[in-house]
Amino acid sequence: MNKIINIPDFTQTVTVDQVGVEERCARFATRSIKKEAKVQGLKMVLNMIDLTTLEGKDTEGKVKQMCYKATHLHDVLPGLPTTAAVCVYPSMVKTAKEALKGSHVKVASVATAFPSGQSSTEIKVADTRYAVDNGADEIDMVISRGEFLKGNYNFVFDEIALIKETCGKARLKVIFETGELSTLDNVRKASEIAMYAGADFIKTSTGKISPAATMPVTLVMLEAIRDFYYKTGIMVGMKPAGGISNAKTALHYLVMLKETLGASWLNNHWYRFGASSLANDVLMQIMKETTGVYQGVDYFSKD
Amino acid sequence: MGKKTTNSLDFTSGWAYAPAPEDTKHIQLKKQYDLFIDGKFVKPTKGKYFETVNPANEEVIASVAEADENDVNKAVKAARNAYQKVWGKMPGAERGKYIYRIARLMQERARELAVIESMDGGKPIRESRDIDIPLAANHFFYYAGWADKLNYAFPNRKPKALGVAGQIIPWNFPLLMAAWKIAPALACGNTVVLKPAETTPLTALKLAEIIQESGLPEGVVNIITGAGKTGATLVNHPDINKIAFTGSTDVGKIIQKAIAGTSKKSTLELGGKAANIVFDDAPIDQAVEGIINGIFFNQGHVCCAGSRLFIQENVADMVIQKLKDRMETLIVGNPLDKNTDIGAINSKAQLNTINNYLKIGKDEGAELYQSSCSIPKKGYFCRPTLFLNTSQSHRIVQEEIFGPVLTIQTFRTVEEVIEKANNIPYGLSAGVWTDKGSKIFNLTTKLRAGVVWANTYNKFDPTSPFGGYKESGFGREGGLHGLSAYLEF
Repeated sequence: MNKIINIPDFTQTVTVDQVGVEERCARFATRSIKKEAKVQGLKMVLNMIDLTTLEGKDTEGKVKQMCYKATHLHDVLPGLPTTAAVCVYPSMVKTAKEALKGSHVKVASVATAFPSGQSSTEIKVADTRYAVDNGADEIDMVISRGEFLKGNYNFVFDEIALIKETCGKARLKVIFETGELSTLDNVRKASEIAMYAGADFIKTSTGKISPAATMPVTLVMLEAIRDFYYKTGIMVGMKPAGGISNAKTALHYLVMLKETLGASWLNNHWYRFGASSLANDVLMQIMKETTGVYQGVDYFSKD
Repeated sequence: MGKKTTNSLDFTSGWAYAPAPEDTKHIQLKKQYDLFIDGKFVKPTKGKYFETVNPANEEVIASVAEADENDVNKAVKAARNAYQKVWGKMPGAERGKYIYRIARLMQERARELAVIESMDGGKPIRESRDIDIPLAANHFFYYAGWADKLNYAFPNRKPKALGVAGQIIPWNFPLLMAAWKIAPALACGNTVVLKPAETTPLTALKLAEIIQESGLPEGVVNIITGAGKTGATLVNHPDINKIAFTGSTDVGKIIQKAIAGTSKKSTLELGGKAANIVFDDAPIDQAVEGIINGIFFNQGHVCCAGSRLFIQENVADMVIQKLKDRMETLIVGNPLDKNTDIGAINSKAQLNTINNYLKIGKDEGAELYQSSCSIPKKGYFCRPTLFLNTSQSHRIVQEEIFGPVLTIQTFRTVEEVIEKANNIPYGLSAGVWTDKGSKIFNLTTKLRAGVVWANTYNKFDPTSPFGGYKESGFGREGGLHGLSAYLEF
């Protein structure tokens, strides 16, 4: 890939109209997804999940249990996919990697002084290297929101580029923490900075701040991905994270993806859901479609 | 990082939505509908009926009475009688109660009305359910509130009702147009003879049932069905005080000739060929969405449709590429499917008109682009269509097509686009897309159009007046302006 890409002036990004974005999102939510389309969509959702645990109280035992769940979502029903990845702190990467040996499930690690990003660039690089050295397939970094809001776009750009370099073969997801960026114009700007700096994925949130992922924010990011693809031919992945906890909402997100970026993105190489409780609600819906009745929450394992 | 050789998106393969048809079991339709005169359904004098067809499958839904001169006379007489004896004398607060009751009954039967609207007219259920029916009910709610406040609406002007209003409505928003016409007329104390369009009479007749159920005094609203001849008889009737017409400019001209020299008042809401203007500083993705809604809403059967797109030259390629991609995601088909974006063309005659314009456009040398979607074999359907490389001199740019057909021109300067936007016999509506507020206000003062939308399109509200300049007609409907059209001072 020797194509030279001109870096645009990030103070001049295209504007976003919030009212228009919200109207478009409302329209996605009116799509009626029924029967086989629903089952197919729900299985796709399962296969796109980054099953996540990011807590101070995480232990190796807890991570191992979650890894088992990632590969055995609901053994009662054969033919279900695995999740796309598990997402853990750097200290748990080795454990997760070991637990998932032999499966296709990737190990993603947050890094760069997650979730606030309030540290020096050196420490962020070291944090990333530690996760990569332990075998992380994917790195979920956070941007320096303070520098971004100051207008220090070059700093943000350079930091992403540096982390990308540190990642080596690992795919880089760049988290904006859109709940702290406050406007959709800023979300659009952050998306462009990250993509031009080399992000493989752009991601909404850490899950530690409310609001986390919303449909309007996700749509603005998908539209930025589309424009980047139109201009460069490079595909970038999307990961809404935090706050998507039920199957119906997840299907609305898939509708939005399908109608904004098309079929090429409808797989877990280009789209992920960062979620901890979404999987069980999706499983519950799939069982309902299969058996005709809803089952109680205790029929689905929580790990 | 993945890389592809061509930068085009794939909207045709992969995950597809399963059919999601709206249930039709709950609707109640008769095989045959009579005329609603003096509070009762009565057979037409000559016993003539015509059929109304579902444009999505070409099947006959019901047969509907054709009113002749005798029937029109009866209806006008009933309306005059009701005006003199009951409605004209009734206090505004009492009138308001009836209008509120009609609004509530419409809400209660919203689902049924939406399904029938889509069956009879071909519009997608998403639109009839989310826009037509709620908005129609809102018009009744809004004008009900004015019924006892006319003196406050027009202080010191002593507003008085006109008498009997003859109202003729089009087929593109059948129930909504009935509401636009009936609600303000009743609030002001007038009585009504309404003629719905011949291809879409059913929701107006369901409204007649609702009116019957509401206990509105007999003869206050009369609904007579028929074609152009019935409408002409109504227009020419000597005992009508006001004609309110929404429809084509050609028929509007005939009406104006017919009532010239009489004391009949009139409001005419006629055709349009709106400019939708996108500047380079616009929120492009939302503008694309606005272009789509502007032209493909209700299959383009909208008098205020944004059918002439003007894009600033430096963003034209990008906007057109996005527009084409967005068109690929539009679902054309069964109006009753909840996922349908574009339903059936209202009638065979209208489909022929549209197809004729497609041919004219190609003959004029414009570049035609249509989405690749499949359309049903049966029924009247048209793919969403763009015409590129058009000029002001093209007929497809000058004439109202009334279908899902958008013509595209580019421009360089503000002065140029204002001149082009105004260079048309119509002046109903326009759209402006820019991030800059001052530019919006500059354009709204210079565009000769009754409605100018900024960074949105096709927004309707009962409180907001609607109507045109030039050949798009005169008079306003909606808001306070809509009241004054049914009053004398």
